[in-house]
Amino acid sequence: MIRYNKRTSNIVTLTMDMEGRKSNIINHEVGRAFIPVLNHLKKDLAKGTLAGVILTSAKKSFLTGGDLDYLTKAEDPVEIFNFVQKQKELFRAIEKLEVPVVAAINGAALGSGYELALAANHRIAMRHPKTLVGLPEPTLGILPGGGGIIRLVWMLGIQKAFPILTQGKRYAVDSALKLGLIDGIASTREEMMDMAEAWIKENPVVKKPWDEKGGKIVGGTPHHPKIAQMVAMATAMLVKKTRNNYPAQQAILNTMIEGSLVDFETALRIESRYFTQLLLGKVAKNMTKAFWYDLNAIKAGENRPKGFGKFRPRKVGIIGAGMMGSGIAYVSAMVGLEVVLKDVSKPIAERGRAYSDKILSKMVDRDQITEARKQEVLSLITPTENASDFEGCDLVIEAVFENRALKSKVTKEAENYIDSETIFASNTSTLPITGLAKESSRPSKFIGLHFFSPVDKMKLVEIIIGEKTDDETLARAFDYVKMIRQIPIVVNDSRGFYTSRVFRTYLLEGMALLQEGHLPNTIEQAGLRSGMPVGPLALTDEVAISLIHDILAQEEKDLGDDFQLHPGIPVIKKMVGEFKRLGKAKGAGFYDYPTNEKKHLWKDLASHFCKEEVNSDLPELMDRLMIVQSLETVRCQEEGVVTSVADANIGSIYGWGFPAFKGGTLQFIEDYGLEKFIARANELAKKYGDRFEVPQLLLDQVK
Amino acid sequence: MNNSPYIFDAVRTPRGKGKKSGSLHEVKPIDLLTTVLDALKERNNLDTKEVEDLVIGCVTPVGEQGGDIAKAALLYAGWDEQVPGFQINRFCASGLEAVNLAAMKVASGWEDLVVAGGLESMSRVKMGSDGGPLMFDPAVNTKVGFVPQGISADLIATIEGFDRDTVDGYAVLSQQRAHHAQTNGYFNNSIIPVRDQNDIIILDKDEFLRPATTLESLADLKPAFETMGEMGFDSVALLKYPEVENISHVHTAGNSSGIVDGAALLLIGSKEKGAELGLKPRAKIVAVAVTSSEPTIMLQGPTPAVWKVLKKAGMTPKDIDLWEMNEAFASAVLKFQKDLGIDDAILNVNGGAIAMGHPLGATGAMLVGTMVDELERRNLKTGLVTLCVGGGMGVATIIERV
Repeated sequence: MIRYNKRTSNIVTLTMDMEGRKSNIINHEVGRAFIPVLNHLKKDLAKGTLAGVILTSAKKSFLTGGDLDYLTKAEDPVEIFNFVQKQKELFRAIEKLEVPVVAAINGAALGSGYELALAANHRIAMRHPKTLVGLPEPTLGILPGGGGIIRLVWMLGIQKAFPILTQGKRYAVDSALKLGLIDGIASTREEMMDMAEAWIKENPVVKKPWDEKGGKIVGGTPHHPKIAQMVAMATAMLVKKTRNNYPAQQAILNTMIEGSLVDFETALRIESRYFTQLLLGKVAKNMTKAFWYDLNAIKAGENRPKGFGKFRPRKVGIIGAGMMGSGIAYVSAMVGLEVVLKDVSKPIAERGRAYSDKILSKMVDRDQITEARKQEVLSLITPTENASDFEGCDLVIEAVFENRALKSKVTKEAENYIDSETIFASNTSTLPITGLAKESSRPSKFIGLHFFSPVDKMKLVEIIIGEKTDDETLARAFDYVKMIRQIPIVVNDSRGFYTSRVFRTYLLEGMALLQEGHLPNTIEQAGLRSGMPVGPLALTDEVAISLIHDILAQEEKDLGDDFQLHPGIPVIKKMVGEFKRLGKAKGAGFYDYPTNEKKHLWKDLASHFCKEEVNSDLPELMDRLMIVQSLETVRCQEEGVVTSVADANIGSIYGWGFPAFKGGTLQFIEDYGLEKFIARANELAKKYGDRFEVPQLLLDQVK
Repeated sequence: MNNSPYIFDAVRTPRGKGKKSGSLHEVKPIDLLTTVLDALKERNNLDTKEVEDLVIGCVTPVGEQGGDIAKAALLYAGWDEQVPGFQINRFCASGLEAVNLAAMKVASGWEDLVVAGGLESMSRVKMGSDGGPLMFDPAVNTKVGFVPQGISADLIATIEGFDRDTVDGYAVLSQQRAHHAQTNGYFNNSIIPVRDQNDIIILDKDEFLRPATTLESLADLKPAFETMGEMGFDSVALLKYPEVENISHVHTAGNSSGIVDGAALLLIGSKEKGAELGLKPRAKIVAVAVTSSEPTIMLQGPTPAVWKVLKKAGMTPKDIDLWEMNEAFASAVLKFQKDLGIDDAILNVNGGAIAMGHPLGATGAMLVGTMVDELERRNLKTGLVTLCVGGGMGVATIIERV
């Protein structure tokens, strides 16, 4: 598991190579394996035959984290605390070897893996796109428990360590070097090992500043009034960012500050205590469920039909060079796909390519990519006005306006030039795929790909299966979405599919609250405090009140007597019909959008809707805005629109910004407690109507 | 008195060694205080908005103990926002002074329910780190004849003729008594274990004790104040005591109070308020006193303070069933014992700061709690608590079981 290999000049290379795993992690097994290795090193040291140690891995990555499967199941705080303390002892033993230790980071060093590297005296990383270093723990609602916080605070100082530790980003080698997270970059494994050896020879005597008598934290501690003031500011900044919904970030800041006030060993213990607290908390459970288990299940292809070889498209056609089409063109070209971008005229199509140019030029300015790389990507995008250019495409995606006739026209036009195997995908957020597929000559190859705008920022793609879509087409669409580094969820055809349908309940609940007479700002706060990125009124403005108005009108026409009258609808009708305030795009909605000024709530809004006698109980408002989304998700499950919990959770977080700390719309119910959730929904149903009625599927889950 | 103040409850943390390796070093001062605030609230089913003030003694109120730690702790512990709080400093007697002040508030009739106590995390906020002219100002030191307390303690020993064996003998007694009390659970009623955020116990008993201490083991310890005495402080002291030829440096780390971390609280109020809230009075505060005396010898303050408090209470030393005199230094206790003619058997019966440590701001409040517990255990009535104080001050309190 750990190979011991003495190189020349008494330098030992320890190569981690855990059996039966793609990558190394830190678990009990590794802890045990290190004991004889350390004893051996100590013997060498005593004999005077140890000059230094190089720590590296035989895997493609260095070491990618802790034992999440074990940790997420552990329930006893004492056991967890002892486990992390043990891990720290191991790192500490490496750190205290009295000979220089170099981490030769041959690939990703994340979480515990990077913490292990921090225990070394020097870090050299091998240049590779997959060599990422960092401490992503807060993105899972936990904190680095292997001494990572305390060591980075000592090494970088509180101010520099704060963003690195609280954001949980993964850094490529160049930015890691700039930030001081690593000390050197090698281009090959050989060079990395040579650099490590050279450093050991040049630095025979090593001691960490925290083990040095009188060692001081870089930049000082809150004992100094200047730093104390900065800490107060940082605390407030964190509240602004997290609205106190993300305990990991808070605990990381606490650990940094409290750890900076005591000696190193005590600081490590403080870190372990916060780690234990976070791990046992609900948010860590929600976030590991969503961002580890659910996301991994999706990436592993839980919902991809089995038995079809991996689809490797080379050329993709895109119809419509608007915001969506341009975005799809960009993400496709970025992974090396040839893109034919068509619009009604070449100049319009050119504008679509200019979109990529703009993003790429920004990246060049920020030194993230080279000019050559930009040109390479741009050269893959061919703007055109001729559907005949779609010849040879493996996949064509239409991204024209949400208009059945237009979509029908472009589908037919493209199908003239593509062969029978080519997939045709429609990017739509509302129009049922089965209906659109009727216009296709090959409905089995027709599928829905609902992208989110802006595509280069929004990671989700909702894949919609039409009635006649075949499994191979689904598998291929799935592979394409993964290829362009987006997250695919798979849903069945239905009005609004999954994301639009559930998302709308949030907006409409906001409308209902306004109709009841609650103050607009209280409504917005209820949304924001719940963790939604934008309040329901502002969000309705963004989507356009008029659009929702039109969709509802269409639904009413389509459904007739089955159309459900939502208590929020009168607000929409009034805003559009009476006040002619159509949304943000028209400069006036629930908010005013003065040029060069921050938007603010329309000053007449309160006088038109608010009733003084209404008692706004904020927790109840928050419950309504959130529970309504979870209930609608269960209905989608019940109707077979979404078929996996992972898709529901991940779709909600990445699709419309459902709060990550709740782990998604279904995990929200777990977080709330199933029985408590049902009881609350029943109460709300009595007070506010059917939309809070609990679906049978959920009732059946009560044991 | 119309508004006699009653003690309804007393709680304290265990005392942790006041250094890096001490168990409570990792615990922030505010968390020591919230530990006892939580316990007091829970044990008494206390509606916190009934509390009219929190008085906290703290001798080094800077850094983590600075900025009115009392109010900060109230807010952090989630007590009702109507409860005010403040921090006081009467050096080593701060904790008892807080109790006395609370007693006065209630006795005056102007407040009916007050929480009082003290806090000191000596491992985290170093003694002296708050500065102050009575130590750091040469003009002041020269004029008033400032010496460190250890010099004062040695001066008392010299004048009183307490030799090394005598002071060490007292230290051994303190260790034995504290060990006996701890082993038999005499402190259990008041000690609140300190836990982390996961409810894992960090410390649940006083950890400074060295029960194996003997006269022989103490004899090996070096005099702690000899060097600084020889460097000049002896001369400063002798300017005031011309009859003394040489100061005999008998005090060591073994017969002086230990540096520790801890916090303590008492719930004090009027009988009526107690009845209204369903609180059972455990003891009555009969009288309190504070005095000051010659500042260079400094540690003889308890004697005048005790005479004063006895007079106020209309009592004589014979009326006192049990005595607690803070074991700042062995000689200070022995001198006080001699002055008042107190029997060994009723003075510091469960040991004291030599064995268990002296968390400066908290000790006075801890002693009152210990006294209430011990009076109950022995079924006795009257107890007196006193401490020697920097600057020559002395503070004393008489309580009576009810």
